[in-house]
Amino acid sequence: MSLLHRDLLLHWVLRIFALLASLIVGLIAIFLIVESFPVLNHVGLLAFFSDASWHPTEQLFNLLPMLWASLMVVVGALILSIPLSLLSALFCEFYAPTRLAVIYRRIIELLAGIPSVIYGFWGLVVLVPIIASIEAPGTSLLAGILVLSFMILPTLTLFAITAFHNISQQQIANSMALGISKAGFICHVILPLARPALLAGTVLQTGRAIGETMALLMVCGNVVQTPSHLFEPMRTLTSNIALEMAYAMDDHRSALFVSGFILLLIVIGLVILSNLLVKEPNDTHTV
Amino acid sequence: MKKNVLFLIGLALLVPLVIILSSEENPTSVSQTSKALQGKLIITGSSTIAPLAQEMAKQFESSYPNVRVDVQTGGSSRGISDVRRSLTHIGMVSRQLKASEQDLTAHKIAMDGVTLIVHQQNPVTQLTDDQIRAMYTGKFSNWTDLGGTDNPITVINKAEGRSTLEVFLGYFGLKNQQIKPDIVIGDNEQAIKLVAQNPHAIAYVSIGTGEYSQQHGVPIKLLAINGIAASSHNVNQATFPITRELNFITHGIPNKLSLAFIEFAQSPATFPLIKAQSFVPLTP
Repeated sequence: MSLLHRDLLLHWVLRIFALLASLIVGLIAIFLIVESFPVLNHVGLLAFFSDASWHPTEQLFNLLPMLWASLMVVVGALILSIPLSLLSALFCEFYAPTRLAVIYRRIIELLAGIPSVIYGFWGLVVLVPIIASIEAPGTSLLAGILVLSFMILPTLTLFAITAFHNISQQQIANSMALGISKAGFICHVILPLARPALLAGTVLQTGRAIGETMALLMVCGNVVQTPSHLFEPMRTLTSNIALEMAYAMDDHRSALFVSGFILLLIVIGLVILSNLLVKEPNDTHTV
Repeated sequence: MKKNVLFLIGLALLVPLVIILSSEENPTSVSQTSKALQGKLIITGSSTIAPLAQEMAKQFESSYPNVRVDVQTGGSSRGISDVRRSLTHIGMVSRQLKASEQDLTAHKIAMDGVTLIVHQQNPVTQLTDDQIRAMYTGKFSNWTDLGGTDNPITVINKAEGRSTLEVFLGYFGLKNQQIKPDIVIGDNEQAIKLVAQNPHAIAYVSIGTGEYSQQHGVPIKLLAINGIAASSHNVNQATFPITRELNFITHGIPNKLSLAFIEFAQSPATFPLIKAQSFVPLTP
């Protein structure tokens, strides 16, 4: 077999695999559209945003409260976890003594590996009763935000640590030679340089947070409403599918596929957003 | 290089193979050629009935060693749609068939009651229909309204599509829109778990599951409704108000194996199994 031949073979094998991977996404999208079609045909897309409430067995299909709830819990979790992850990554990379940094990193990696249902169970057994003692019923937007923050925090931190680590030693040496203070070095050299990688990591974790189902199902109370404060229960789009799919029939079942399709659109939007953010020219930041 | 290519080709061959091997068996392929019963019986539907059907299936299998019975849950709705689409032989439905479901045949196997549960520490022991309606529609929001301690009521409701929700709404003449819940959950076990850890919560579960948990030391209390105690005995005597039927359903003419299993399920031989699941057998 000539070298050219082998390359050609590899070329096609890779092409086929790439095609398979992209086909799966396409097939899922088609499947969601086909399954959503019956209810869209009966009540139209507008019903999902203008109906009085979400009572699918009574032909009321308003998804908006769950859409808002999904966004609120994710935004809340990001607001909590982004600063924490950045600070702990900075500590690990630039302040901690080497031995401590290694141990710290291992602990964070361990946290990142805990399955989400464990975070959910912990939230239900520990967090919810604590919140309930402040204001009943405990299962609430706040519980959702906290559990979700703990879940995405470790991976966000690992992303940040890697991003800081990949900044070339040359840059670091250059800034040291200029005698910049450590704080100035971090604010004006490290953070701007690491920005694209940090953004990419954040967008990926946002996708994970929006898709999170079981943990939020356990701690959020699952009442369909737009929460007006932190202690009110709420239901996310994903929890809605998990909670009702097993028992749903006809239009109800179809309506759940519509909520799945909306989730897919949100994730597609996030991917586009991350591309736009990461593509931004960043060579202006050279020291 | 060559190794990598070979590895990739191997993977490419393996993937379709795995897909072929993992494709499901056809549920309608039951052989009924020999005199003794044999073949595979698939039962799907209500998660309330499933544990009972599982026990019945075990006994049935030990009497007919060539028979395999596969019980899967997914709710009464799934039982109905699976039977209609011939994906399953027998469906499990934990309520009476509706007018729109008269194309199916129901085979009643037991009765179940639905009652409200609170934490053991809650001083309330019984409620009337009106009180329950007021709690669930948000008119009463504190336990003092019901003779309890000064604490807000945490109202637990079931998710849409669950049969206990239908039984509950049907009995109280409510629409789900009118209910103002604090927590919405899926199955009976979740309701029991939440009530067990929240002294101010109220939920409704099937009496069978409730009694079972209570006997196993879970700190919950089954409330009497309109002065009638929530017990298997009262469900059996048809004195307890909120009850439901547990049915096996079939579509068209059931095959020999399905008929044999339904006959067995309705025979007195299964009464101990029904009682063990805290349901109420149909004594004549």
